[in-house]
Amino acid sequence: MSKKLIRLVDCCMAFDGELVLDHINLYFNDSEFLTLLGPSGCGKTTTLRIIGGFLTPTSGEVLFDDVRMNDIPPNLRQVNTVFQRYALFPHLNVFENVAFGLRVPRREGGRKIKLPEPEIRQRVLEMLEVVSLKGFEHRRITGLSGGQQQRVAIARALVNRPKVLLLDEPLGALDLRLRKDMQSELKRIQQQLGITFIYVTHDQEEALAMSDTIVVMDQGRIQQIGTPEDVYNEPKNAFVADFIGESNILDGIMHEDYVVEFFNRKFKCLDSGFAPMEPVDVVIRPEDIDIVPVEKGQLRGTVTAVTFKGVHYDTIVDFKGFKWLIQTTDYHPEGETIGIVLNPDDIHIMRKSEYSGMFGDYSSYSEEYEEMDGAEEGSGDEE
Amino acid sequence: MSAKPSRLNRVLMALVFLFLYAPIFVLIVFSFNDSQSRTVWQGFTLRWYVELLQDRAIMSALWTTLLVSLLATAIATVAGTMAAVGFFNMKKRWRGPILTVNNIPMTNADIVTGVSLCLLFVAFFAGWGDFTRWFNSLQGLVHLPTRLHMGFGTLLIAHLTFDIPYVILNVMPKLRQMDKNLIDAAQDLGCTWMQAFWKVVLPEIKPGIVSGALIAFTMSVDDFVISYFTAGSATSTLAMVVYGMTKRRISPKINAISSLLFVTVLTLLIVVNVREARQEKALEERKL
Repeated sequence: MSKKLIRLVDCCMAFDGELVLDHINLYFNDSEFLTLLGPSGCGKTTTLRIIGGFLTPTSGEVLFDDVRMNDIPPNLRQVNTVFQRYALFPHLNVFENVAFGLRVPRREGGRKIKLPEPEIRQRVLEMLEVVSLKGFEHRRITGLSGGQQQRVAIARALVNRPKVLLLDEPLGALDLRLRKDMQSELKRIQQQLGITFIYVTHDQEEALAMSDTIVVMDQGRIQQIGTPEDVYNEPKNAFVADFIGESNILDGIMHEDYVVEFFNRKFKCLDSGFAPMEPVDVVIRPEDIDIVPVEKGQLRGTVTAVTFKGVHYDTIVDFKGFKWLIQTTDYHPEGETIGIVLNPDDIHIMRKSEYSGMFGDYSSYSEEYEEMDGAEEGSGDEE
Repeated sequence: MSAKPSRLNRVLMALVFLFLYAPIFVLIVFSFNDSQSRTVWQGFTLRWYVELLQDRAIMSALWTTLLVSLLATAIATVAGTMAAVGFFNMKKRWRGPILTVNNIPMTNADIVTGVSLCLLFVAFFAGWGDFTRWFNSLQGLVHLPTRLHMGFGTLLIAHLTFDIPYVILNVMPKLRQMDKNLIDAAQDLGCTWMQAFWKVVLPEIKPGIVSGALIAFTMSVDDFVISYFTAGSATSTLAMVVYGMTKRRISPKINAISSLLFVTVLTLLIVVNVREARQEKALEERKL
């Protein structure tokens, strides 16, 4: 049975009267890799800074092992942070950066305690080996690549043997290839040391690849908590469905358990527990849709756009004015009429939410892509 | 725009530099002239420099100048750095106006600063006199001096008022360039705010502190007008002695002492500029 190391109870945070965190209830288990996932401004970094001790919540409680920590400063908390842009100390070399936390004299029972030099040395070298930076002790920080700086930042935090490591978008500044390498590296380190990682990111792929638990956040509220499989296969609302992966989201009506109607046609599904004739959101993942010859299809539509993506084609298909994204390895040219078949396990039903109708229609497909590009450029500028 | 400056441009530039540096050049050359004359060259000598060393008034003024400059620099460096850190942690709304106020003593005419400081000291001494007479009449245990004079103390205070803004001005940009996460990181690793300041902030802003101190020292050595109004009658700095000498019989010793002042200030300014160029280069490398 895993232990709840940290709990946030009804945490609210307001800056200048603006609510940034809205009654967050969350707990973190021992040796768990938990990811706070959401778009910028969703409150994920604020949550992390509250745990780190850099912010005090406006209301609610922060509990470490059931002890209230709200007003305990960062230097007295048994957590360490890997900062967004590493925040390494430029005037110190790699060894001294990692040793920094060990050299700070600590008070125990009213006495100042300093670690003996040989122990510091041993722990630093050990940790440099964990992050694969053996032999880099005397290098200057300024001479290191982004990936190496990242490793120093991780070693510097872990050398203090925290119970929990907080990571604030640590891979944001790295290029794609390096990011993938560091993802598996981080996962390996977490498993090797067996401590809790709380990881903040806006990158859903990163979250899916590394996490034991994903907490999806938006507008200061938790939208869903679950394993990567849960949040991908069983999104709770249109926001989660859209933010994690691509989704076609349609209006449907739940006739009875396991039967849903959309496009004036009844489909079998695997969901139950809804009121009779309850309006719902229907999620169909683009990669789950099978394209078949027109006469065999449950629905028929016309291809309006095709984009080659390497592994598959992004195919936009018009069904009576509603445009779907279908990911298929077969090429269907623009203008072709096709049929599709939906199996019961391809269909996921969600209750209506405030996000209903905001996502999941690919009519403005190209614009949406431009927006995404714009967003990435925006975050690039920050770096 | 043409890449090459035209002939006219070059001539104008040469004239500007001639006007700027010819007087100083002449001054230095005639400090080595083996004659009382300031117009006819009569051979090389170090006589005037030797005479400087033997001149009591000049040597005492030299010590005053060095002492007041070093003390003012030391105090201004500490106070200015603390002030800069304080301003930096203020809300932006307040930081802007305060920095503008900080700039006023630097742009203000020296004569205005000097006269106003002089009036302030006089007013304070008058008030002090009234207070101590009343205080001494109350009790017989402690006898406070009732008459204060301008002297080394007032000179030091005056120098502080124009040195501190220069230190602040040099430290602020370094604080701004610093990654704010560094303080968070140090605290995260177990430091209190004070420990974080000593271990992380201070090394980061050290180049700015040193530049500020060098400039403050230069300004102190260099200053005449403000010192003149605040040193009182018994205390003199080098610049004040030079001024006094020009009023009496003019001696080539003036050339010698002025040359020394010029070389000292020039050297300090070169050091400051070289340091700044190096720092900028290092900063660019760090960004890469």
